[in-house]
Amino acid sequence: MKRSFDFVIKFANVNGSGSASANLLFAKSLFRMGLGVVPKNIFPSNIQGLPTWYEVRVTQAGRTARRDGVDIMVAMNAQTYSQDIAEITAGGYLMYDSSLPRPFSRKDITILGMPIARMCAEVYERPRERQLFKNVVYVGALTALLDMDFDVVKQAVYDRFDGKDHLIGPNIKALEMGREYALKNFDCPLPIRVKPGKGDKDRIMVTGNEAAALGCVYAGATVAAWYPITPSTSLAEAFERHAKRLRVDKDGKRQVAVIQAEDELAAIGMVIGAGWNGVRAFTSTSGPGISLMSEFMGLAYFAEVPLVLFDVQRGGPSTGMPTRTQQSDITTCAYASHGDTKQVLLFPADPKECFDLTVEAFDLAERLQTPVIVMSDLDIGMNEWVTKPLEWDDARAHDRGKVMDAEMLDRVEYFGRYWDVDGDGIPYRTLPGTHPSKGAFFTRGSSHDNFATYTEDGEVNAENLDRLTRKFATAANFMPKPVIRKSGRSSKLGIINFGSTEPAVREACELLAREGYKLNTMRLRAFPFGKQVTRFADQHERIFVVEQNRDAQMRSLLMTEAGIPGEKLVPVLNYDGMPLTAEWVKNQIEAVIETDKSVAAAMQLSMRAM
Amino acid sequence: MTYMKKPSVRHPDLPKNELGLTRRDYEGLVSTLCAGCGHDSISAAIIEACFELDLPAHRLAKLSGIGCSSKTPTYFLNRSHGFNSVHGRMPSIATGANLANRDLIYLGVSGDGDTASIGLGQFCHAVRRRINMVYIVENNGTYGLTKGQFSATNDKVSQSKKGEANLFEAFDLCTLAIQLGAGFVGRGFSGDKGQLVPLIKAALRYNGFAFLDIISPCVTFNDHEASTKSYGYVRAHNEAMDRLDFVPKLQEITAQYEEGETTSVPMHDGSMMRLHKLDKDYDPRDADNALAILRKRYERGQVVTGLLYVDDDEADLHELLNTTKEPMNAVPMSELCPGSGELEKINKDFR
Repeated sequence: MKRSFDFVIKFANVNGSGSASANLLFAKSLFRMGLGVVPKNIFPSNIQGLPTWYEVRVTQAGRTARRDGVDIMVAMNAQTYSQDIAEITAGGYLMYDSSLPRPFSRKDITILGMPIARMCAEVYERPRERQLFKNVVYVGALTALLDMDFDVVKQAVYDRFDGKDHLIGPNIKALEMGREYALKNFDCPLPIRVKPGKGDKDRIMVTGNEAAALGCVYAGATVAAWYPITPSTSLAEAFERHAKRLRVDKDGKRQVAVIQAEDELAAIGMVIGAGWNGVRAFTSTSGPGISLMSEFMGLAYFAEVPLVLFDVQRGGPSTGMPTRTQQSDITTCAYASHGDTKQVLLFPADPKECFDLTVEAFDLAERLQTPVIVMSDLDIGMNEWVTKPLEWDDARAHDRGKVMDAEMLDRVEYFGRYWDVDGDGIPYRTLPGTHPSKGAFFTRGSSHDNFATYTEDGEVNAENLDRLTRKFATAANFMPKPVIRKSGRSSKLGIINFGSTEPAVREACELLAREGYKLNTMRLRAFPFGKQVTRFADQHERIFVVEQNRDAQMRSLLMTEAGIPGEKLVPVLNYDGMPLTAEWVKNQIEAVIETDKSVAAAMQLSMRAM
Repeated sequence: MTYMKKPSVRHPDLPKNELGLTRRDYEGLVSTLCAGCGHDSISAAIIEACFELDLPAHRLAKLSGIGCSSKTPTYFLNRSHGFNSVHGRMPSIATGANLANRDLIYLGVSGDGDTASIGLGQFCHAVRRRINMVYIVENNGTYGLTKGQFSATNDKVSQSKKGEANLFEAFDLCTLAIQLGAGFVGRGFSGDKGQLVPLIKAALRYNGFAFLDIISPCVTFNDHEASTKSYGYVRAHNEAMDRLDFVPKLQEITAQYEEGETTSVPMHDGSMMRLHKLDKDYDPRDADNALAILRKRYERGQVVTGLLYVDDDEADLHELLNTTKEPMNAVPMSELCPGSGELEKINKDFR
């Protein structure tokens, strides 16, 4: 096999066997060597005993997309041998535990058998240790096979177990055992190997949920209420972990309250109560939780209470695929709740943006006095991504929106909670307890007039709904702008995408460009859509809308809310639950370009224009 | 009369409280409930209690769910912020509001449908979390706004107005609240203001979850011969366990009771509850005893009222969470945002 520095290695494990920690060690070491690393955890909705995989694409620095094909399979789970072996690309490698040697039918791959269980049994006493260190032994072997910098790997162990020093020795021992075995028994290094990169040393490796949690800390959120649900759980837990450390007052008391609620209904109820009372509050959930929260989402929209909601999307419908990724809550979130309800959505594309857009979300929620939903997904939320470091500008002021304090109330003759004084659809609010005789109002989900008083006057209610429409139009001006990349300048073909599809789309564009297809891209970052979105649509004849759901939900939203004609928007849909690969995106687009005459015509148009 | 606006004229000689406010300053809009509704008497009792306690109304937040009872916060304390939330979900709103500002008084008003059916889960968890609030259920055993369906607190023996039998046993909300750990549990009757006002005053001053189940007859759908939530039935079967006096801080205790029959319960803010025992079996600090009394008397067809249980040393949610003494919504952003230096350190952990 010819040398390759861009390859995919996949670990097939049994969940609950301690493999996650060893696999992360492997990925982190490569990251520290300056390489591009794209780890994806493909795990079951289960605690122990079922198959789980960890896939790592090793590539040049800067790439963050998955790649098709498996070049090296580390098969540690006998239950899935046949499917794992079938997945290996011709010319690839299979590493397996040969404590019980077995025959393999494939002749087009190289078998690397290592008696891992036996090696561990000889060295470790306790059954749990024998199990756990099997994972570290194969990482050790890989350091030799792939020509990894062993000092970097060892340092990663020291850092990982800092403070639990008694674990360092046995881990290093396991690494060395594997490495020595490989050096002695295999032809090291393999043609597939790492080439130490000059990758940006400044980069970090982090999950989107952790970054979003830090965004909540930096945004000044003090109340979080949540109900455990994969894949959003780690967001709330990370927030609690960081906040407990960073939010301690001079008396040792906490400037934060995190409540694990009895269900998602209560979780968002608490967040609404807290937001109404003047703190920044959030909840995090996934699809099923969104369904449960919908009634309250309508209340928060109509009563105009700020809150931030994270939807870390997973496979639907219903319970769906709780441990797989999708972007299939777009429609339900954009219109969350009954009646004429519209919600503000933000679409982060990586962990760095999870941090930035989270901070933005809290400002927007208070400025607009409405819920803001951060539409993350399992891929961004739970997988480790190599990304730019998180940044904070100490000069950045938090925008708390239009809140009248006692002094302001004293200056006005009277106060109307829903009175559009500024003409932008955003009224002024007051917090409970502010003034002895002014500014009190009755927050309600029933139809109300400018003074928050209940009304059954249809015209008054319609006026209020119209004001909310004005507010939503104002919101569009505040939204983070889409990111537009013009590779073909005057190309008439475009791509619209959002969220975690970005790495695959970006790489696919490079692949397409190599074949002569130059496409401009626009990555959406928010709903409501701004002027840039319609302008981009106007500038292009055909636009591929890449998204991870069956029903082309974003395409529909673009048609309905941005008025883009449907025939212009070509759906490119994936809903198998896996993060996209560049090849897949490229193949889909190429197939349309080559078969669809109207697209081909647009292509011709672009070529001529260039 | 409900279409009329309340005149804002005040009689100059209306009695004033310590804050210089009259009872009128604690009122709300004109009630739109049916004439004679028990709920209006409860609103009046809340107004009286707040007036007598010299409460600055803006330091109280009134919260409710959906239903006739949940409409009532519009009819009292105009100077307070209010939140009429969604059906059965007031407890979660109250929880979040309380976390955001621990200095306000939270008065939740709910009904038997709102609390015992759609909101049962949230009610239970609010008790479990020891939210520092007053939680009033205006209990009439029926769904008034939807015209007379049975609620989960309607006694099995109690037929509907049309003579339909109720198939199911009732939840006893006081029993439930005691079992779940509420630190202050009382039952009142909207037709007995003398008993109700001190109960509400004590509940407002209690530090922790104070629960009041107030039997409040529905004159339109559940005030008939066969009902156990009618004015007539409750009057005939009311068994008051105690007579409660609420003694504000620094005020001299003047009421005289016979030796051995009165218990004093100190309150968090230095005020005092004086409980005059009317029933020989009764002991307000013994939860098991309270539960036994509730059960036995219920079997006899009696409606037990009064302060049924009190724990004067219960930690509230803020104490359990060890949150800052200052209201969370008053902590400045400069203290909440850790700044760029800290983020640099955090980035290092991700390398």
